[in-house]
Amino acid sequence: MTVKVRNLRVTFPLPQGAVEAVKGVSLDLGREKVGIVGESGSGKSLTARSILKLLPKQARMTADELTFDGIDVLKAGETAMRRIRGHRAGLIMQDPKYSLNPVMSAGGQIAEAWRAHRGGSRKEAMEAAIDLLAQVQIRDPMRVANSYPHELSGGMGQRVMIAMMLAPGPELLIADEPTSALDATVQAEIMRLIEDLVSRRGMGLVLISHDLPLVSHFCDRVLVMYAGRIVEELRASEFGKAQHPYTRGLLECLPSLTHPTDRLKGMRRDPSWLAG
Amino acid sequence: MVGRMIEAENLTVRFGNLEAVKSVSFQVEEGTCFGLVGESGSGKSTLLRALAGLNPDWSGRLRIAGDNLAPHRSKAFFRRVQMVFQDPYGSLHPRQTIDRILSEPLIVHKFGDIDARIRRGLDEVSLPASVRFRYPHQLSGGQRQRVAIARALIAEPEVLLLDEPTSALDVSVQAEILNLLGDLRVARGLTYLMVGHNLAVVTHLCQRIAVMQQGVIVETLSANDLRSGNVTHPHTAGLRQLSLELTEAC
Repeated sequence: MTVKVRNLRVTFPLPQGAVEAVKGVSLDLGREKVGIVGESGSGKSLTARSILKLLPKQARMTADELTFDGIDVLKAGETAMRRIRGHRAGLIMQDPKYSLNPVMSAGGQIAEAWRAHRGGSRKEAMEAAIDLLAQVQIRDPMRVANSYPHELSGGMGQRVMIAMMLAPGPELLIADEPTSALDATVQAEIMRLIEDLVSRRGMGLVLISHDLPLVSHFCDRVLVMYAGRIVEELRASEFGKAQHPYTRGLLECLPSLTHPTDRLKGMRRDPSWLAG
Repeated sequence: MVGRMIEAENLTVRFGNLEAVKSVSFQVEEGTCFGLVGESGSGKSTLLRALAGLNPDWSGRLRIAGDNLAPHRSKAFFRRVQMVFQDPYGSLHPRQTIDRILSEPLIVHKFGDIDARIRRGLDEVSLPASVRFRYPHQLSGGQRQRVAIARALIAEPEVLLLDEPTSALDVSVQAEILNLLGDLRVARGLTYLMVGHNLAVVTHLCQRIAVMQQGVIVETLSANDLRSGNVTHPHTAGLRQLSLELTEAC
């Protein structure tokens, strides 16, 4: 499985003229862990969602090339995309509170995902759901399977979402801010779980986040996006050597536990960064 | 004289049969910042909300500048104590202009000179005068959080209660807001009580920090002790280790 993106552009037509949110992004993904880091509005989520053709209705997407394992995503219709979405590439979203169906039990939702992609009876699907809940390290999978989303904590809800994404056995996992609604301890647990599942199943991972240290901790390679462009690409181990002033700025404006300062460095944005 | 601004003595907060905060005691000196850290469900926000008067079902003693607080708060209390919430997208009225949002506390507390105060209030949080007649949805997240801070400060309180004031913001905006909060505390001699789960953020602003676990304060220590690892409780050590691993990775 490889994903190839060349010169991807996403624009939104507005009354006052079109706004280009992604401005010519090119990247290749394989079975590795890639992080996309940037601030709100940098185009990181749109870039990742373009791979699944899951963009807002009014968005227009163009690219010189956009393929998922050889399938031309630009030309693919809804039927062809459905065979990729969920089945071959799963998407984990930010907030389990809003992304889970509130009137369906956790187990029921996982079983539904399982049956949609693998078929089989309801009973088999429910058994698979309970097995998946155990795989995402839920201690009492039976109880959680019968619980409704409002009865679960944020971390628990995120595990349910991950279990649901794993059900069809995808080759690529796109995680869009999977832990930013969670506190530090749970965040670390969920990231370790994702990391473990990805390496055990040999999946590719695209981790989208605004949290640079987190991404560099869990990914092999990190793309830094600013205003719709990739401004820097780094091996995760080489963050100390970041060249682009924006990447450096992102690191320097973080408060540090061990190196206190009276004032934090603000980000001084240079208009030349917009030129790409 | 610098005295005790906030005191809690054997504070217990209940939700039905559940004790979310169990007999917690702490003091905050005037003009300092006190941090409450812990995992979700540890009771840190519940404690803050009980102090703010948003949860009347508590027992024990709460004092602000020596005055005992009753379960239901007087208007004078809200003049003295204001709160900034986590989510600037949810805490501002979507159909009120910034002008209206900032006027309300002034009208409630019968301030004169509303026009000048709003202009000064916006200036103090470094917002341009042009945002005054805009609506919240026309502002960025960082600008909205500045409005929330301006609203909290406009009735000239002595205490600010901060519930994760930067965790919904980008890191560069977080830096700006933390600098702003630090400057305002010094300029106005404010006392802060801040809840957070990011140790680096809380220690940046606070001089003393209480670590909560399952409704109990397990350790209260200075920011310097937390930085240098001079901690006694294993839960504090665990949170510190995690923070070092995840935030000092580069």
